[in-house]
Amino acid sequence: MNTQTDWPQIAHVGLNGLLVRFADHLTEPANRAALAFRAALARETWPEVEEVSTSLTSTYITFDPLHLPHAALIARLQSLLRSTDWYAAPPPDGRRLWRIPTLFGLPHAPQLGEAASLAGLTEAQAIHALSTTRTRVLTLGFAPGQPYLGQLPPEWDIPRQTTLTPQVPAGALVVAVRQLVLFANPSPTGWRHIGQTAFRCFLPDAPDPFALRAGDEVEFCPVTLSEYANIQSDTCSNGGATMVPLS
Amino acid sequence: MSQLHILAAGPSLTVQDMGRIGHIASGLSRGGAADTLALVEGAALLRQSPGLAALEMAGFGGRFTCTTPLRIALTGAPMRATLNDTPLDWNASHLMRAHSILAIGGAQAGVYGYLNVAGGINTPLILGARATHLAAGIGAALQSGQTLPLGPDVGGPTGETLLVTERFHGGPARIIASLQTALFSAAERARFAATPFHRDARANRQGVRLLPQGPGFGLSKGQSILSEIITPGDIQIPGDGAPFVLLPEAQTTGGYPRIGTVIPADLPRLAQTPAGAALRFTFISLEQALEIEAKDRSARNTLPSLCRPRLRDPARIADLLSYQLISGMITGREEP
Repeated sequence: MNTQTDWPQIAHVGLNGLLVRFADHLTEPANRAALAFRAALARETWPEVEEVSTSLTSTYITFDPLHLPHAALIARLQSLLRSTDWYAAPPPDGRRLWRIPTLFGLPHAPQLGEAASLAGLTEAQAIHALSTTRTRVLTLGFAPGQPYLGQLPPEWDIPRQTTLTPQVPAGALVVAVRQLVLFANPSPTGWRHIGQTAFRCFLPDAPDPFALRAGDEVEFCPVTLSEYANIQSDTCSNGGATMVPLS
Repeated sequence: MSQLHILAAGPSLTVQDMGRIGHIASGLSRGGAADTLALVEGAALLRQSPGLAALEMAGFGGRFTCTTPLRIALTGAPMRATLNDTPLDWNASHLMRAHSILAIGGAQAGVYGYLNVAGGINTPLILGARATHLAAGIGAALQSGQTLPLGPDVGGPTGETLLVTERFHGGPARIIASLQTALFSAAERARFAATPFHRDARANRQGVRLLPQGPGFGLSKGQSILSEIITPGDIQIPGDGAPFVLLPEAQTTGGYPRIGTVIPADLPRLAQTPAGAALRFTFISLEQALEIEAKDRSARNTLPSLCRPRLRDPARIADLLSYQLISGMITGREEP
């Protein structure tokens, strides 16, 4: 239990939200705590609570403040926070392992070389490191189904660019601050574009529109340009990705 | 089944409802009508649920027809409208006869006009709602030639008007402290509250950009923040110092600091502020904001009882006799 520290903290979000922050920077225990606390809140089914979600290291609760005063919800949250050591929580249930074919570097992802040199690696070393690290979906956010994955080894603690890339395509794999993001939609970004996938994170008309869930593990498997072209023309799979249950 | 035919679509015509709840965890923001009050007003005029979907018209409407009689209500940004070339009042309900032509032009004030239809637009539910979410790629702007299915009309009046809250010319908006307000110095917050803003030309369903009179805003040098949750109404301060007020289609998380959050009751005004109009912000306490929210919600609930028969000029009613032929669709109050 973290009683001797300043964490977790509870903050207001707008008129109808509270945020339980487990840390002010990304750590694995804080990410697991946020996910476990969200799962616990989902089990509580408090009627005034509208929605519960997580970002990297926090759990967000929206509720009806006209039916449940802020102070009352804060008291309930504090009591639940005290009930266990959330930082020691296991990863969420129902996790899966995804393998997503990825074309690293040129011609589609022009910044692999730049990112590799910032990490002190050659391109070949960078591809080896990125494709053998099993990353975990830390959170989905910004755009629908879009994963933040991590954490990469410490040498990948590379900064964001100072200017934005005007647009990377959907399926772009980008890197910064020991994390990867796999873009759901075409988007501007300050992260470096190192790989390209044909994977769609969000398929609005599919029975399960959000492919990934927080807690899932992902390996980005290198493919050649001709293999990538075959994957692109295969309409029966989601970018050639495979998925198996982890537990 | 009733249908609405789009003969000519304005540039940004979308199906909207109250949006999708429950998908923030998957990175999907709520979306829904930019001005939810206009949907509630439309539902009040038609005596139906505010949860039904309507057509949102950004800046400009289009031309529409139907093959069976259809009750409609026009709300939100006032636009020039005619039915078979006869001018129609805005913030009012009307009866469209079969094969009549409804023409809706440009906004005279505000941004988002709404064509509400009896029974609501009955397109398939996607993740529990019908709202087009342009940023997420759910649905798309409607095109000329498309036909929209409508739900069953439970019946109700036409020929009524509603006096609505003026919110189409900018003006004052009330804000509360948000997650990162305390990161801004007291002097910076005070300057924000004292600064007149004008709405920039850059605006869409994700947010509106504001231009300060005087220098931009920001944190002191060297401060950076972890990407955190966004809620509609958040006023984000990007690197150029010009505030961006986030609307229903904003992304779910963001790494720019936010100086405050516009209260829900004033969000329709923000969304409806036209380019160039002036805006000012006042910080209020959470307690004040909750009082305003309670009043705003009860005001929304009383809207159906505030609808009044329109004072009609019989000379303007080209089809006076036909009204009596459609029994059950209109009330006696419709008579001039």
